[in-house]
Amino acid sequence: MIHVILDLWFKAEVPAHWYLWLSATVFVIGIVGFLTRRNIIIMLMSVEIMLNAVNISLVSFSHLLNDLRGQMFVLFIISVAAAEAAIGLAIIIALFRNKQTIHVDEIEEMRG
Amino acid sequence: MAKLFFIYLAAAIIIFSILVITRRNPVHSAIFILLLFFHIAGLYLTLNAEFLAAVQMIIYAGAILVLYLFVMLLLNLKEEIGLAQYFAPWHTAVSAAIALLVVSLFSLWSFPLGPKGTVTREVILAETNTKIIGKTMFTEYLYPFEILSIVLLVAIIGAVVLAKKKLRG
Repeated sequence: MIHVILDLWFKAEVPAHWYLWLSATVFVIGIVGFLTRRNIIIMLMSVEIMLNAVNISLVSFSHLLNDLRGQMFVLFIISVAAAEAAIGLAIIIALFRNKQTIHVDEIEEMRG
Repeated sequence: MAKLFFIYLAAAIIIFSILVITRRNPVHSAIFILLLFFHIAGLYLTLNAEFLAAVQMIIYAGAILVLYLFVMLLLNLKEEIGLAQYFAPWHTAVSAAIALLVVSLFSLWSFPLGPKGTVTREVILAETNTKIIGKTMFTEYLYPFEILSIVLLVAIIGAVVLAKKKLRG
């Protein structure tokens, strides 16, 4: 009895909202990392996690809706993420050269 | 079996992303984000997106992560490790994020999907994923693709200008 139910449950397709839940959870983890960490490298990594969360939902929509547009968008997002990582890390190097720190709360030049 | 795979991949993705944002040493975070990228590539494989899985591994795990590790090499991380890890008002951020998570989980529960397109699994299998993506990219998305090359050029020049010691003149 129980193994028949389990068999049926595992044989079925993954429900659509599971992918979206996974995407939302990973996105929120990225937000938490971005807002709480002081280290600017980890903050950039959190941005990468958020971009990946969006990619997960786009690819799953592409799969669920039988449409390639989601996958195209993911390709564009990956290239923009590469550009963002290059620029962000260059800014970190310039920052470290001038201030000798990568802690964002010790950077108060602009009094923001 | 699809569900079993999804549960494993989802659990691994969530656990690794939590590990990435909580490690004290950024190098450990980089190693965990590598595992995270591999599991996301595995998820793409279960979603009939082989080309994106390969691109994910080559660009994210291969290029971006190596860039991060090189920058960590240049910075002085030894004295960073002893200092406080989080902002003092981190409770506020975590509460706001958890509120966002709860709201989005409940609203995504009954998300209505739109009308289905024409690129079904049989079409992809007949023509292979890479070929069909190439066709779409160089016909329907040619203009965004060209603009993307300008974005990458700006990123190259910007990175060189920002990381240079001093501009002459």
